[in-house]
Amino acid sequence: MSAFAEATVLITHEVGLHARPSVKFTKLAKSFAAEVEIALAANGPWFDAKSIVKVMATKAPKGTMLHIRASGDGADDAVSALTELVRRDFDEGAGHARTA
Amino acid sequence: MPEPLRLQGISASAGYAEGPLFNLDRGPARYTGKATAGEEKAALEAALASATDRLATLIETADEEAAGILEFQLAMLEDEALTGPAFAAIPSGMPADMAWRQALDAEIAGYETSDQDYFRARAADISDIRDRVLRALTEEQEYAAPAGAILYGEDIAPTRFLETDWSAGGGIALRAGSTASHVAMLARSRGVPMVVGLGSSPANPDGLALLDAEHGGIVLAPSKAEIETFRRSSSSFAARRDKAEAYLARPAVTKAGTTVRVQVNIADPSEVDGIDIATCDGVGLMRTEFLFGRAPPDEETQYRAYRKVLEWAGDKPVTIRTVDAGGDKPVPGFTVEESNPFLGLRGIRLSLARPDVFRVQVRALLRAAVHGNLKVMFPMIAVTEEYLRAATLFAEEQGGLIARGVAQKMPPLGIMVEVPSVAIAPEAFADVAFFSIGSNDLTQYVMAAARDNAAVAHLNSVRHPAVLRLVAEVTAFGLRAKIPVSLCGDAGGDPASIPALLEAGLRDLSVAPAQLAMAKAAISDVSV
Repeated sequence: MSAFAEATVLITHEVGLHARPSVKFTKLAKSFAAEVEIALAANGPWFDAKSIVKVMATKAPKGTMLHIRASGDGADDAVSALTELVRRDFDEGAGHARTA
Repeated sequence: MPEPLRLQGISASAGYAEGPLFNLDRGPARYTGKATAGEEKAALEAALASATDRLATLIETADEEAAGILEFQLAMLEDEALTGPAFAAIPSGMPADMAWRQALDAEIAGYETSDQDYFRARAADISDIRDRVLRALTEEQEYAAPAGAILYGEDIAPTRFLETDWSAGGGIALRAGSTASHVAMLARSRGVPMVVGLGSSPANPDGLALLDAEHGGIVLAPSKAEIETFRRSSSSFAARRDKAEAYLARPAVTKAGTTVRVQVNIADPSEVDGIDIATCDGVGLMRTEFLFGRAPPDEETQYRAYRKVLEWAGDKPVTIRTVDAGGDKPVPGFTVEESNPFLGLRGIRLSLARPDVFRVQVRALLRAAVHGNLKVMFPMIAVTEEYLRAATLFAEEQGGLIARGVAQKMPPLGIMVEVPSVAIAPEAFADVAFFSIGSNDLTQYVMAAARDNAAVAHLNSVRHPAVLRLVAEVTAFGLRAKIPVSLCGDAGGDPASIPALLEAGLRDLSVAPAQLAMAKAAISDVSV
């Protein structure tokens, strides 16, 4: 029986889930054993959150509601850590967004 | 000796460079196919490992901004979703180089077709990854540009920029390219002159070239006289820039102590990323044509673009001009073909003729208004009725948003003063919230000299007494009627025109961001 977790979070970063934010996002996703996926709508389609190619291809801009789900070991931790990262604006202040 | 050739593009980073051309588009060397699919796979693996190593080495010495770009490339290169399709094609007999190129070109195409500037600009990053691996496959030595060269080609890879030694000068001239690319951002922050959008210029020119990235042009195979003129412009630019830098952080004040408001003109929301809001008094003109590049954009796209600039500006005003398509700015599916487009269906005339398109922009503006200090102005107004009809559309759309419970705010509505009828009889517009003089169009209409026709360029001068008299009269009327008047044409940022504009009574100019410092410096020399 594998664990399952799901959450949604608003992307507030200026350039959306792109370039530098997507590097941080996929790096964090890869640190969990669970299978992690993202989608731009509750009913999918779902994309591998550990693949920067797939994450970039969602072209999720600022203001997007991002759906994150995980299954397997540490699913809860994975979803809450990734949700937090998006909520913290990928740890980039306004100063960073200006040069991004 | 080839004839001199002058090409015009768009400045992505201001400055001057004189140097030999270095061709960026030299393709990678020929790849020698291997005997078996197993060897092809091994060759691709080795090339990927070598490209990865090279990126990791570059990251070690890069500053934070450059490292961010390189780490993105590294993460892409390490992703099996990127490399997988290439490996999958090899067992069917495809050589490694072709398999890699095919897989990456498919990925690049996905970016190139995006309707977002930011996303489209990432195609250059993926091309960079593609070529880095292709070079590793062919075991080609990294080919370096000579010091002080002007890098010329279709587009430039971010790592090429980072691997180039710019200490001896040099610059970048691109047939395609984008002012929103990673390289453009790097070039601006490091002061490397760069021009993009040179269009269908020769593919493989060589020899000496003169890059004028202040005005966005390049001269190939220049004559002696051109070189001399260029050197004078270049040293005058350097002197002006050095002097101007000191003025950038201060408010603009004339010799006589008169304060002048200096705002910036922007054409694309990403431009504000490179501007410190403390150095200007707001945005005097935000163009919206960029959003209409390929087709009229949806409400959400527009809302996000307007909101970005409003949030950046904080309390300072942002004056957004409703779409000024037509004239020299055609939009497929919106503008119409005309024999005399500058005198035809353009600006507000087109917007009123296409309310289906215009109402979308009106809603986006009303919604964005809650995020800052928004003002909206209409281009090409000739008669009062046009202003009233446009204002009515704003009121109607506001009613609709209120009924749906959507957050909105009615911004002050003003007009561009660029059609002579308005400049001659401004009293018909005593009810508008503000005037913004569009000196480019006003000059071309008063002088009957098209601004894109070099043969009549000598007539197209804002400093002709007829144009200056209209500017002075509109400014005086504004003062009497308590209607703020500003100017947002190119003349506002031209040090040679600034004295005449201030003498005409203007105290509010809006200039291109690159001209901000020099405009302030020029203002300080005026004794009004």
